[in-house]
Amino acid sequence: MKKFAIGIDIGSTCAKAAVLDEKKDLKEKLLLPTGWSSADTAEEIRRRLASYIEEGTVVATGYGRVCVPYADKSVTEITCHGKGADYLYQAKSMTVIDIGGQDTKIIRIESGNVTDFLMNDKCSAGTGRFLEVMANTLGLRTEELCELASRGKDASISSMCTVFAESEVISLIGRGEKRENIAFAVVDSIVKKVAAQAMHLLPPEGEAVLTGGLCEFQYLRSSLGKALGREVVSSPNGRYAGAIGAALVASKLES
Amino acid sequence: MADYVEMWKNIGMDVDMHDTLCQVLPTAVGDVFLSQENRPKAMDFWDLVISEVHGIRPAELIEEQKKGRKVFGTFCVYVPDEVVIAANGIVTGLCSGSQFWVPAGEAVLPKSTCPLVKASVGARLSRTCPFFRIADMYVGETTCDGKKKAYEILGEDVPMYVMDVPQMKRAEDIARWKDEIAAFAKKVEEVTGNRITVEKLKEAIHLINEKRKAIQRVYDCRKSECLPISGRDVLLMIQIAFFDDPARCTQMCNRLADELEERIRNGVSVVPKGTKRILVTGSPMSIPNWKLHQIIETSGAAVVCEEMCTGTRYFENLVDEGGKTLEEQFMALSERYMKTNCACFTPNKGRIDDLLRMVKEYKVDGVIDTSLKFCCLYDTEKYVVSRALKEAGVPVLSLETDYADTDAEQLRTRIGAFVEMLHA
Repeated sequence: MKKFAIGIDIGSTCAKAAVLDEKKDLKEKLLLPTGWSSADTAEEIRRRLASYIEEGTVVATGYGRVCVPYADKSVTEITCHGKGADYLYQAKSMTVIDIGGQDTKIIRIESGNVTDFLMNDKCSAGTGRFLEVMANTLGLRTEELCELASRGKDASISSMCTVFAESEVISLIGRGEKRENIAFAVVDSIVKKVAAQAMHLLPPEGEAVLTGGLCEFQYLRSSLGKALGREVVSSPNGRYAGAIGAALVASKLES
Repeated sequence: MADYVEMWKNIGMDVDMHDTLCQVLPTAVGDVFLSQENRPKAMDFWDLVISEVHGIRPAELIEEQKKGRKVFGTFCVYVPDEVVIAANGIVTGLCSGSQFWVPAGEAVLPKSTCPLVKASVGARLSRTCPFFRIADMYVGETTCDGKKKAYEILGEDVPMYVMDVPQMKRAEDIARWKDEIAAFAKKVEEVTGNRITVEKLKEAIHLINEKRKAIQRVYDCRKSECLPISGRDVLLMIQIAFFDDPARCTQMCNRLADELEERIRNGVSVVPKGTKRILVTGSPMSIPNWKLHQIIETSGAAVVCEEMCTGTRYFENLVDEGGKTLEEQFMALSERYMKTNCACFTPNKGRIDDLLRMVKEYKVDGVIDTSLKFCCLYDTEKYVVSRALKEAGVPVLSLETDYADTDAEQLRTRIGAFVEMLHA
C-alpha cells in the first residue's frame, strides 16, 4: 500500500474522513457537515487532507460517494460500516446497527465480512433526520433532546412517518405536555422502529454495536439496549466507522 | 419510425398524451439495451419490436381483426392461451410496467394499490396504450385482491371475463380449474363464433408447447458458466413474448438460442469471468419495467434467471399433448397451469422447491427477492423464501420497489452492497 489509506464517507448529514497509516493506526479524522453540495464538501476534504492524499489511496463511501472525483474507488457504506465496526470492536461475530442521517442499517458481520444486512426504505422514521426534525420543533439541539429524554416518561408518538409524527409532537406541545416527556416520546419512537428492524437479523444472543452519528447519545444507546434485551456497545470513533472501513478497503487496494 | 398516428386516432387513443410517452422510450431503450457491449446479433428482432412497440404489433392485430379474428387481452400466466388460439382468436398481454400510467390509475384506485394494477387501469382509462384499445375482450383472473376489484372498474369500460383461479392445489382444485377452463372455452367460442374441436385444441397446445420449449432453450444457455446473454436482453425477450405471435416468437427464440449455443461453444461471454450470478424472484416485471435488471447489471453482477411470471413461470412445464377428448385436454391444461407457483396459493411450497432447484441449475451466487409496493402476497412470502434460501446457504437480498425512479440510488446502494458481500 501507499503510505496512507484514506476513507471518505459522505453521508446525508455529515461527511467523515479517516486516515490510516501503514500500521493501520488511525492517524487523522475529520468531520464536516455535508451541506447542500457533496462535491463542495468532498473538495473541502481534499484541501484539508491534501498532504495525506498526495501519498495515499482514497476510497469513497456514503450517499455522496460518486461525488469524490479524486477517489480511487467507491464502495457502499454497508460494506464500509461492517469493516469499520470490525476494526473498532474486533469481535468474531457481531451485529452492527448504524443509525445514519437518512437511513438505518443492520449489518451482520462474521470474521470481518458482511454476511447479511437490512436497510430501511425511503421513509426517514428511525433515523437521525427524524431526531433532527423533532429537536427543531422542540427548539433543542439533538444532544439536548436525548439528554432531556432521559428524564421524561409516558408520552408516545404513534406515527411512523416523520411528517405526521411532527404534527403529533405539535399537538403534544399544544396539550401542554412537558418537554422532557415529548423528548422521551421522540427517542422511544426511534428506538422502537430501529429495534423492530434489528430483530430480523439479531441472533438470540450477543451484543449489538451501534455506529453512526447517534452512537454518541448515551440515553439512546441504553434505551435501544433495553428494547433489544442486550448490551449495545459503542466507541468514541463510532461515527467514523464508515470512513475507517473505506480506509481499510483503500489499504488493500494495492497490496 | 413508421407513421402510426392515423391508426392510433382510429382506435380512439389520446395521441397528444401518448406522444409524451413515445418521447421517453428511445432514451430508456438506449440506456438499458443499446449501450450494452457484445450483444447477441439475434436481439435485433426485439430491438426493432421495442423501438415501435405501439406500432408494429398493434397494426398486425388490427389487420387480423379486419379479417374477423378476435383479440383477447390477458393479465396473468394462468389464463390458457391455447383455448383462445384453438378458436382462432389472438392473445395479447396487457400488464403495464410504466410509471407513465400510474397517475391515471390512481384517479380511480387507492394509492395503496400495486403499481402494476394502477398502470394497467391507467393505460386503459387514459387511452394511451394501443393494446388496451384493440382488445375485444379482457380476460382477468382472481390471483390478487387488487386485480379483482380493478377488473370491476375496467369492466365498466370494456367487455371483461374473469376466471376464478383456485387458491389451493388439492386434487379438487385442479378439477375445478379444469371446469373453469371449459367454461372459458365456451365464452371464447361465443365471442369468436368458432367451435373449439379436439383437433384445433391439439394444434394450439402443440403451438404453445413449442414456444415454451424455445424460451426454455434460451434460458438453458444462461445456465452456462460462460454467460452468452445479459439478463436485460432476456427480460425484453420474455416481456415481448406476451404480445407476439406465438409461432414467430418460437422462431425468434430458437434463432436466438442457436446463436447463444454457438457463443457458448466459442467461449463468448457478455460479462468478465467471476461476475456474480443473480437470480431475481418475486412479482412480475411488465414491459417497460427494466429498473432492477438495469441496476443489478450496472453494479457488477449479471441476472441469470428470473423466477417470476415474466420468467420461468411463463414457460416451465409442458401440456400433455395426448388428450383424445376436450375433457382430457382441459384436464391436461389444468394440470400444467396448476404447476405454476404463484404466491396467491396457500401453501406455496412449490415456489421454494423451484428456487432451490434453479439456484443449482443456473449456478446462482445470490438471490434478489423483489416485490412491487403493496403486493402483499409476494411481500409476505419473502419471509419463508428468505429463510429457506439462507438455510441452504444462499445469500438473499429482499427489496420492495415500484415503477418510479426516486428510489434508484437507495436500490443501487443495497444491490451494490449485496454484490460486494458476494465477493467477500
